[in-house]
Amino acid sequence: MVESILSYGLAMGAVYALMAVTYNVMFSTSRVFSFTAGALGMLGGVFGALFIGRLGLPSGVGFLLTLGCCALIGVVTEFVAVRPVLKSLDQHLYVLSTLALTLMIQQFTAIEWSTVPQPFPRVLPFDLFVRERFWMPVLACAVVVGGMEFLYRHSMVGRAFLAIAEDNFAARALGLPERGLRIGSYALAGMIGGLAGFTSGGILLAFFANVPTLNFYGFVPVALGGIGNNRGAVVAGLALGLFQQAANYLVGGVFASVAIFSVFIVALLAAPQGLFGAAPARRV
Amino acid sequence: MAAEETIVSVAGGTGIGLVPLLRQVAPFAALFGLAALLPLTHNAYFGLVIGRAAVYWILVSGLNLVVGFAGQLALGWVALLTVGAYTTSVLAAGTALPAISPFLALGAAAAVGAVAGVVVGLPALRLRTFYFAMSTFGFATIVTQIALAWRSVTGGGIGVIGPVFGGPFGSTWGFYYFCLGGAVLATWLSGNVARSRFGRGLLAIRDAEVAAEASGVFKPGLLVLVFLFAGATAGVSGGLFASLQTYITPDAFTFDLSLLFFIAILIGGRGSILGPLLSTVLLTLLPEVAAPLVAWSTFLYAALLLVIVLAVPGGIANLLDFASRKPLETGRIIRPDVSALPVLLSGHAAERQLSFEGVTLAFGGVRAIDGLSFTVEPAAVHGLIGPNGSGKTTVLNVISGYYRPGEGSVRLGERELAPGAAHSRAAAGVGRTFQTPRIVGEASVLANVMIGGTTRGRGTFLEAVFSLPRHRREEAALRERALLALKAVGLEQLAQVRADRLQHSELRFLEIARALMPEPSLLLLDEPAAGLAPDEIALLGGLIIAISRAGVAVLLVEHHTDLVFGVCENITVLNLGRELTHGTPAEIVAHQDVIDAYLGS
Repeated sequence: MVESILSYGLAMGAVYALMAVTYNVMFSTSRVFSFTAGALGMLGGVFGALFIGRLGLPSGVGFLLTLGCCALIGVVTEFVAVRPVLKSLDQHLYVLSTLALTLMIQQFTAIEWSTVPQPFPRVLPFDLFVRERFWMPVLACAVVVGGMEFLYRHSMVGRAFLAIAEDNFAARALGLPERGLRIGSYALAGMIGGLAGFTSGGILLAFFANVPTLNFYGFVPVALGGIGNNRGAVVAGLALGLFQQAANYLVGGVFASVAIFSVFIVALLAAPQGLFGAAPARRV
Repeated sequence: MAAEETIVSVAGGTGIGLVPLLRQVAPFAALFGLAALLPLTHNAYFGLVIGRAAVYWILVSGLNLVVGFAGQLALGWVALLTVGAYTTSVLAAGTALPAISPFLALGAAAAVGAVAGVVVGLPALRLRTFYFAMSTFGFATIVTQIALAWRSVTGGGIGVIGPVFGGPFGSTWGFYYFCLGGAVLATWLSGNVARSRFGRGLLAIRDAEVAAEASGVFKPGLLVLVFLFAGATAGVSGGLFASLQTYITPDAFTFDLSLLFFIAILIGGRGSILGPLLSTVLLTLLPEVAAPLVAWSTFLYAALLLVIVLAVPGGIANLLDFASRKPLETGRIIRPDVSALPVLLSGHAAERQLSFEGVTLAFGGVRAIDGLSFTVEPAAVHGLIGPNGSGKTTVLNVISGYYRPGEGSVRLGERELAPGAAHSRAAAGVGRTFQTPRIVGEASVLANVMIGGTTRGRGTFLEAVFSLPRHRREEAALRERALLALKAVGLEQLAQVRADRLQHSELRFLEIARALMPEPSLLLLDEPAAGLAPDEIALLGGLIIAISRAGVAVLLVEHHTDLVFGVCENITVLNLGRELTHGTPAEIVAHQDVIDAYLGS
């Protein structure tokens, strides 16, 4: 049982953390939380199953195609649902526009792909100690978070990202290509979300209804870890995954959901800016 | 919001002309009248669809106050439909307790729904936008899962039979009229809330939260009341929904339903009642008129939402708002009528002095205010000047309760103004305006001014819901007073216009009218002359002097030195959070430090 909790818990925790990073990357350049994060995660699984399973492409090609398609969806998000509402950020129209786009993606997938969960094909012909569906998400999460840290610290593009995340106007005044970086961040978020869905395909399957699940459980680490804090997101994501699996085994599914939800609400009410975030100053 | 609707709804209550009343009621009467004639077709299928639209509208009418008026993104409201449906069905079927009459069960569903509404809504008091949307979304998931797991009561996946309402409502068309009656009632009740001071408070929370607080709108209290109301309507809607379905399982309460409710409000137009009513009917009919579209209905809703958000943020209500397309008279002149002021400010209990004593406020290591003291006498204008960043607005924000000072106290007369607690200031006798006018653009000028009178209302929320006499009298009095305040600042002729159609200078005078509504002892003006033309500044100066003559202590933060030196008896000059000097205008003009630090050479 412990083995099962650990393997499932860490894998799902890594997926939640990746979803949280997806939210964060989009937020960093646009100040927008996008519901499309969940859609990207879902599409990662569906594209993987489509390219490798249904079309029979080699795993590597299918993987790259999945990331490419998800990056494209990310860019489409920026064009369709984010850029037009950036002017009036204070009205929170982005919540509605990204929700609308997400629903369209989800519903389109349900009708054109399948309304029932479809199997996700094996990616590699061998296992590393545990089955690939358990180690792949964890590895993906480590690579993504490590890569982001490296990017932010050691590359010009990463520093430009940070500058925009810190102060959009100042960054623009410095001559940074704000729009280009924003599109880039949405493409990157698309790939990270797609990666989450692809690597967890063995667990979550290729299923259109994964969208709300990934949206909600992926947002919990954002809220608890603090907006834009990838390390906080990983800690909170893994903790969430383990807690969820432990609760699943110990008290059963419904109570596990209730428990997670209660923890989420109580933690948020106690610290609305997240456990690792700083309170914003009030502006009148 | 449709200004026309707002205008008329603001004019609601007593003292309303017959023609505007008719214009307000006519579209609703036409819609419900048509629906009442439906049984003549003898088409049970139509009856089912329109009946369902009526049941949905009962929920949406309440949710509309939460989403459309208060601007809270309650995405998962289907949770409350579920709660209402199961409460009614379980109590009527007697699976848990001895079976009771379905009508009683429906009442119980309203009560349970109201409580659940507060539970689902409560996080809104602390969580913002996306966070709150996510939390309601989580609730929706949880409620369905509980319904699935709690087999002994809900029947789990097998479900439970819906209530059957007997008597005259037992037949298909009888039940149809029952639902329709509920819809009419829900429209009336939610309309009553919308045009009361509670409804205006909700709009203010949505569009101008800071100004709402300064006007005495207590957000947590107001939201709890509205969540109770929206929960109760959702509970009733759930009970009727269960009866309409005849049999309910957790599968009946899909998230798509939540979207339908939510999207109906946004497509209808925020802050309107007619718009969401129309779109609820449209969205319910949409999948029915074209059967092949059923699978695509959610996709269509979503596409519609995207189009509305991007292209017509005002929704259907905006399209129907013909009155706001008529051009306003150009070259309008603001004509303050200070003769209205003595009447407007006649009743305030005592003329009180503001004492700002030894206040220190630090943001991190920066001392924004550093041991500042000054007093403002009643019936006098006190100027606060200084270079940018010297702490002028911060002083106002401490007085208004947006910031808690580290040290020192602020007293008005004998009473200390509680640190923080911005919403208590209006009742304590402090009115203020803002550097950037903070108004509800979609509401009429009159409604905006009436927001300032929030603290004068004594009638309870229930009195407003049922539009009882005391509430109607208060509304009429408030309306009179708001018109008087508009007359005083010279905007009387614009009372019925949407506030976002006004010029910038007019908004500045509008804010003054709103600040005068609670009969303040102290008026805080934050750069009221910014953006005004010279002749408007002269009018403003006359108005400020007249307000102070009526006994009000006025604290004026301003960069236009002509205005400051023209109207102030005393001036405090700030620099880096400290007093540089103070004195009469003549002394200040001659002061070398001031000339060096502020006025320049």
